[in-house]
Amino acid sequence: MDLNTIETVIRPEARSDLPPWQDGDACLAGGTWLFSEPQPGTCRLVDLTALGWTPHAITARGVTLAATCTIAQLDRLELPPDWIAAPLVGQCCRALLGSFKIWNVATVGGNLCMALPAGPMIALATALEGTCTIWAPDGSERHLPVTDFVLGPQQTALRPGEILRGLILPAAALTRRTAFRRISLSPNGRSGALLIGMRDPSGGFALTVTASIRRPLRLAFTDLPDRDALARALSQAIPDDLYYDDVHGRPDWRRHMTRHLAEEIRDALADEASV
Amino acid sequence: MRLTINGHAHAGAPRPGQCLRTYLREAGWFGVKKGCDAGDCGACTIHLDGEPVHSCLLPAFRAEGRSVTTIEGLGGGCRPGDPAPDAMHPVQTAFLAAQGFQCGFCTPGMIMTAAALNQAQQRDLGTALKGNLCRCTGYRAIRDAIAGIAHRDTVEHGDPIGRNLPAPAAPQVVTGRARFTLDAPPADALHLKVLRSPHAHARIAAIDTADAYAVPGVVAVLTHADSPQRLFSTGRHQDPRDDAADTRVLDPILRFVGQRVAAVVAESVAAAEAGCRALRVTYAVRPALLDPDQALVADAPKVHDPVDRPSEDAPPLTRHPNLAAEVHGEVGDVEAGFAEADWVYENTFRSQRVQHVALETHGCVGWRDPDGRLTLRTSSQVPFLTRDALCDLFGLDRDAVRVVCNRVGGGFGGKQEMLTEDLVALAVLRTGRPVMWELTRQEQFTATTTRHPMRVAVKVGARRDGRLTAISLAVLSDTGAYGNHAGGVIHHGCNEVLAAYACPNKRVDGYAVYTNTVPAGAFRGYGLSQTIFALESALDEVARSLGIDPFDLRRINAVRPGDPMVSNSLEPHDVVFGSYGLDQCLDRVQQALRADPGPEPETGWRAGTGMAMAMIDTIPPRGHHADAQVSLDQDGRVTVRIGTAEFGNGTTTVHRQIAASALGLAPDRVRVAGADTDAVGHDTGAYGSTGTVVAGLAVLRAAEALAALIRERAAELSGVGLAACRLADGVMTTPRGPLDLEKLGPLAARGRADGSPRSVAFNVQAFRVAVHPVSGEVRILRSIHAADAGTVINPMQCRGQVEGGVAQAIGAALYEDLSIDPDGRVVTQALRDYHIPACADVPETEVLFAKTHDSVGPLGAKSMSESPYNPVAAALGNAIRDATGARLTATPFAPDRIFRAVMAGVSGEG
Repeated sequence: MDLNTIETVIRPEARSDLPPWQDGDACLAGGTWLFSEPQPGTCRLVDLTALGWTPHAITARGVTLAATCTIAQLDRLELPPDWIAAPLVGQCCRALLGSFKIWNVATVGGNLCMALPAGPMIALATALEGTCTIWAPDGSERHLPVTDFVLGPQQTALRPGEILRGLILPAAALTRRTAFRRISLSPNGRSGALLIGMRDPSGGFALTVTASIRRPLRLAFTDLPDRDALARALSQAIPDDLYYDDVHGRPDWRRHMTRHLAEEIRDALADEASV
Repeated sequence: MRLTINGHAHAGAPRPGQCLRTYLREAGWFGVKKGCDAGDCGACTIHLDGEPVHSCLLPAFRAEGRSVTTIEGLGGGCRPGDPAPDAMHPVQTAFLAAQGFQCGFCTPGMIMTAAALNQAQQRDLGTALKGNLCRCTGYRAIRDAIAGIAHRDTVEHGDPIGRNLPAPAAPQVVTGRARFTLDAPPADALHLKVLRSPHAHARIAAIDTADAYAVPGVVAVLTHADSPQRLFSTGRHQDPRDDAADTRVLDPILRFVGQRVAAVVAESVAAAEAGCRALRVTYAVRPALLDPDQALVADAPKVHDPVDRPSEDAPPLTRHPNLAAEVHGEVGDVEAGFAEADWVYENTFRSQRVQHVALETHGCVGWRDPDGRLTLRTSSQVPFLTRDALCDLFGLDRDAVRVVCNRVGGGFGGKQEMLTEDLVALAVLRTGRPVMWELTRQEQFTATTTRHPMRVAVKVGARRDGRLTAISLAVLSDTGAYGNHAGGVIHHGCNEVLAAYACPNKRVDGYAVYTNTVPAGAFRGYGLSQTIFALESALDEVARSLGIDPFDLRRINAVRPGDPMVSNSLEPHDVVFGSYGLDQCLDRVQQALRADPGPEPETGWRAGTGMAMAMIDTIPPRGHHADAQVSLDQDGRVTVRIGTAEFGNGTTTVHRQIAASALGLAPDRVRVAGADTDAVGHDTGAYGSTGTVVAGLAVLRAAEALAALIRERAAELSGVGLAACRLADGVMTTPRGPLDLEKLGPLAARGRADGSPRSVAFNVQAFRVAVHPVSGEVRILRSIHAADAGTVINPMQCRGQVEGGVAQAIGAALYEDLSIDPDGRVVTQALRDYHIPACADVPETEVLFAKTHDSVGPLGAKSMSESPYNPVAAALGNAIRDATGARLTATPFAPDRIFRAVMAGVSGEG
């Protein structure tokens, strides 16, 4: 929609062109959220796409994604064959509420910065132990694990003037076996619970819980827990008030489904343990 | 910036925060539609360098140097305003062949998306089309279009009745040339925006407009001081007294969050918005009534407090000022009926607040004609009643106001209201300038109308043999802050639901109450879907308890010709069995379900079947009028003039078929001009499913009268007897040789229909579902719907009406809930939070028609537009009960709301 309060669009081509941050500024990447709601408090847009960041880079150490990498670019990415966690990428892209047309515009960084519980890039980055690269206004850079970056619904660790530069997904995480489970109130609806399990070659197990709770959580186990231990761990890690409550799922159902999907994931990865 | 649009270079300067959608529309590309303006519905889809994108989300400046294709240019390069090119894109041709649309508002975006799909995406349309919403079709026709399946009949000879003739506007719809309400507005139109109430109940203590007037571009600020003092109802009926006059254009008392506080009229939308932000309003907040269950307690906050209107006559004596309408009736002796029953079942069922979500939001543009006449072009189902209401409100003569409709982007009853026209008229009268007001999707959710949420306590008694001994209904309907349709809905909702059964003892106590929430209004089914959900669920329990097949229970008890049609009183009425096809509907659905119960559920899911039936009067009561004029023009073609608007109901097609049939002409020689208060004397409007049975009957009468005139003229010209002149296949045959129609015109005749007597139509729905016993997910494995529509004038379109009604009802039964927070604020303000069915959510419904010929409707036809909605929730609930043992008593049956009941039912505790 038209954002009629916007007076200026700044299109910096280099970091040095970034203007001093002021009230009423908003960073524009894909714009798929910014232009989807009235933004009466915003009067200036800083267009990050003008910076010309390389969308993605693959090295032996992992994948680096620019914040402005679109979902479509991410989905088309061809990863090395021994990165057996690669199917997660497509699964998380498909978990986006928006259609393939939105993929052409929406960005990985935008999804992280929106910090919606159902944000599937948050789930992907949490499961793959991603680290956020953040540009500070003073020219420095800092790094945060995704679970420290996304703090709650539409709440991130970004300070005024900070910009999410990108995301690093380490190769080690990409070589693990995975199990993906998702549920929503309608077949292609916004995720009510999105859980990802990972099993590393030494038998370690990690469970990522998103969408059902207010911020992403990754529970790590040195071994595959039995069902009771898994349930206990979930109860301890997720107090009732951490379950998210909105029109896309009531909290008691989200808790119920979180436990159920966690069990399914545990069982799925238990079967594969000897492979 | 410079870019290419539809193959031609274009230069312009977008505003900094402008999206590409409005930029393209301002450049004259009106095929780019606004359904949500938030990236959810896809109506604005265009191609940017060949890739489909939602133009409402794309900053316009990003189109710099790029190539844009809109629906208008999909078939080849063109400039704004060019007629449709001869060559269409294959997807446009396919949408024509399948008639993959009804109102056509979503169609440009649907086609632009479909044209970009690869083969893999075409095989998984549920995923590929999740960003394209259609509220009319139920998607089957769209899936068929994309699959290349054709339905329309292009044979030009023979009787057009009963054939799949295409909608006359189809070529315009699929090429983006069909003009909807706000396409091509006057160039100098001002824009109107309103400030809306943040409080559920408050009095405006003061409004300071100085800062708003200081905003550059603001032309006028309208407050309650500028409003006519006259009260009216936004709900429109033939008799304006049917709806309580309780509304002002601008009222100092605010009765729901979202009510108009003041309006700003400005040179641009941006200036009008800025003007609204600059208004300084002081509110005196009052206690709000949000819970309908509390409305009639003695000290409840009064939504319409008589002290606010001391100068007015005392309202009619009701026992509480929050009582908007009530209905009470009893036939026989209900208590005696329950006493003689072998089995009595009672339960309370709740239907939530849902909304129409027509893809075209409400909107209106008004201006003064060169002769000074106030003219409004609006998105309405009732142009004549709107004209009449405006005349009453502003003290104007009937001939001083003209109301017209372009094609309307969906209605579903939501446009049987005057929600924008009053304020636009006030602004035009005040400024003398053209004024345009387009509601946002957010305003649509927060400040238009909804279905009436209802609580229905039902009690049913039956003997061991299945005969019903008594039915009682106690209904509480929440009409929200205003009483538009409160009375009509409670009466209708308590009527056919009971009249459908030949039970000697029936009782109804119904109350419609005011609350400080967004008003309810007319919506497809008009109260029946809520009460039918309750009664048909209860009957399912009765059938189970007695060990009787649910189809048989209906066969035993349903009303049949010869029975008196009695709902809750013995007062005489004008409803007759014009034809009766309920028996066929029951048989055909049951046979179809036996023949193919659908796929087996996945491992671990529970499967079950359920059915429900519905009856509806074919016409609203107490007068529904339509005038038609059919003329033979000098070019030998025929023009039908009718008041009815086309909003996807397909009446233009039907009217053309009826006229062509009566005149023995090829349908393409018949033009239909509608929805203009200048066209004919009167038209009550397209509500209550009357487009075929009332307006169509008027067209039939006019066309038959014209046929007689043509024969008379032919007899006169050829000097032979009238009986020897025959009009068929577009030629007047006389013993002295054929006469060209061009030589017989101009001639014109009128026809009129008054909506009485009325008949009854029937619907039977069955589902087989799978339910996940842990998550509560429901999947539809099979959906079958039989309808008794009398003679089906256009099976392709009538099937579409059934499919669309079923799909809309599936949305209400499984997903939709316009929820309101503890402060009275609508929570679901965007389509991504109010989930209407997408392609993946709607199964194919097998549609079967009973073969009957109605003695009341035109050419044997009955109405079939609202009623397919009505049995759906109960049929789904009954199927879930069969699958899981859980009797669900509240819609929507969303996983998070039903999983506990399902788990309990599956474990035998239900």
